[in-house]
Amino acid sequence: MEKRPRSFYVLAAFFGLFLLFLYGPTLTIAILSFQGPQGGLTFPMNGVSLHWFYDLFEEQAVGDIWGAFRRSFALGLIVMVVTVVVSVMAGLAFRKRFAGSGVLFYLAITSLVIPSILISLGVGLIFNQLGFRVHWSTSGLGSQLTWTLPFGLLIMFAVFNRFDKSYEEAARDQGATAWQTIRHVILPIIAPSLIGVALFGFTLSYDEFARTLLTSGSYNTLPLEIFGMTTNVTTPVIYALGTLTTLFSFGIIAVFILTVWVLGKRRARFGSDAGKGV
Amino acid sequence: MRITNRHLIGWLGASPLMLILLAFLVAPIVMIVIVSFWGATEFSIYPDFQFDNYAFLFGSPVTYKVFFATFKYAVITWALTLAIGFTVAYFLAFHVRSQSVQIALFLLCTIPFWTSNIIRMISWIPFLGRNGIANQTLISWGVIDQPLEWLLYSDFSVILAFVHLYTLFMVVPIFNTMMRIDKSLIEAAYDNGATGLQTLWHVIIPLTKPGIMIGTIFVVTLVMGDFITVRFMSGSQKANVGRLISNDIALLQYPSAAATAVVLLCTVLLVIAILLRFVNIRKEL
Repeated sequence: MEKRPRSFYVLAAFFGLFLLFLYGPTLTIAILSFQGPQGGLTFPMNGVSLHWFYDLFEEQAVGDIWGAFRRSFALGLIVMVVTVVVSVMAGLAFRKRFAGSGVLFYLAITSLVIPSILISLGVGLIFNQLGFRVHWSTSGLGSQLTWTLPFGLLIMFAVFNRFDKSYEEAARDQGATAWQTIRHVILPIIAPSLIGVALFGFTLSYDEFARTLLTSGSYNTLPLEIFGMTTNVTTPVIYALGTLTTLFSFGIIAVFILTVWVLGKRRARFGSDAGKGV
Repeated sequence: MRITNRHLIGWLGASPLMLILLAFLVAPIVMIVIVSFWGATEFSIYPDFQFDNYAFLFGSPVTYKVFFATFKYAVITWALTLAIGFTVAYFLAFHVRSQSVQIALFLLCTIPFWTSNIIRMISWIPFLGRNGIANQTLISWGVIDQPLEWLLYSDFSVILAFVHLYTLFMVVPIFNTMMRIDKSLIEAAYDNGATGLQTLWHVIIPLTKPGIMIGTIFVVTLVMGDFITVRFMSGSQKANVGRLISNDIALLQYPSAAATAVVLLCTVLLVIAILLRFVNIRKEL
């Protein structure tokens, strides 16, 4: 193997520092969440305990975080399913130019770049003026979709830009209907990317803050609850919560990545099952 | 006949996206524009058609200061995220040889994007606080005698958090374009006697421009539209346009918030329109 240039080591060191910068603070609060009962928000550690994790389970200490977690989880799942379905449908539609496709594309880009607080404010105003109550499962859901759908759509564009159309044409030549082609040829081929879209849908919703702020109503989602805590909780219990929810996110991400990996392995071993359906 | 058919199928597939965007993007924008002409009392808003909100907004020196601060955050964050993001992407794309290592390192860079921004902001507190790790370390090294006060709740911490949160948005599109650069172009440059720096400047950077533009669009719009990072990391001591809006909302001054929001939206869209002239997003994915 060719010898590595000196620039490699400089850049590798830079990359290492970047990773430290990315993960260092999170590791710090993970360590600090094991503070002893008398410990404060910074080092030194005042003993080591699980005190602050126990604290999380006592409702009166920190408000309704478990309810908030359940709502965020449910909302994340709903957003995930809607994002996948709507992105795939739109991605398929966008492969051919149709009247208005340009406008719709720029709407999606606008949805991505618009300051989140505008969505929050606008949706909140509409619901108020129409006399509807804002609720996380209605106004909150819609507001979050304006954030997750553009990502889903962009991923679908990337997928279909690389899609080999000859599979599809082969299916059509063999007499498959449009729906059969989608169901037995296109969807199996793009399945791993759909898991990616699902990952975006769930995690972006689960952590969304600004667009949910004025649209979730009286029942907070988890990020809103955590933000509320930052103003009135001055103990490491907030680190314990941060550590738990970050671990939860890592778990979710790991599940998604493993699924993609396993799919890839299976595909390498058995070949794609695209076209094997009847 | 076939043409109508094609349009019909396109619309059917795109209609759910269209409906959601109409209800939760277009309608809210229209509503904000309408309400920006309304009037407000201390505890309610009433339909009207007056320019008071805009007149007040443009008549106040605070507005200009805050817009300036917003641009300042955007430009500084952009420069830092570009420098860091480009270097990281360059390392991943051109110096990591094994593809599985490349994927693993790329994932390591992107995973924080899928975790909570609020938590990532909170996690700077033990680092930057008066008795935080940074100050303790510097004091123990004898670099300073007094704890630095400007580490937390300052422009410094705001920008640090922005860079921490958003560098990813530079790394991913730049890495994506770099991976599509034909490696033979780089070999050709070397074969013709170009140094590493010359190759970087005359071959790689021009070919990476689309990725840089997409990253720029993300970072600039995220920073300009932000209100929570500035509020949290500055301990409510600094302001940007987003905070102006959120303060008005907190005081139930929706018409005034809406007017500011309209001006912010126009500014952001203008910046994007300029940036989009340099890149065709759909081609670059």
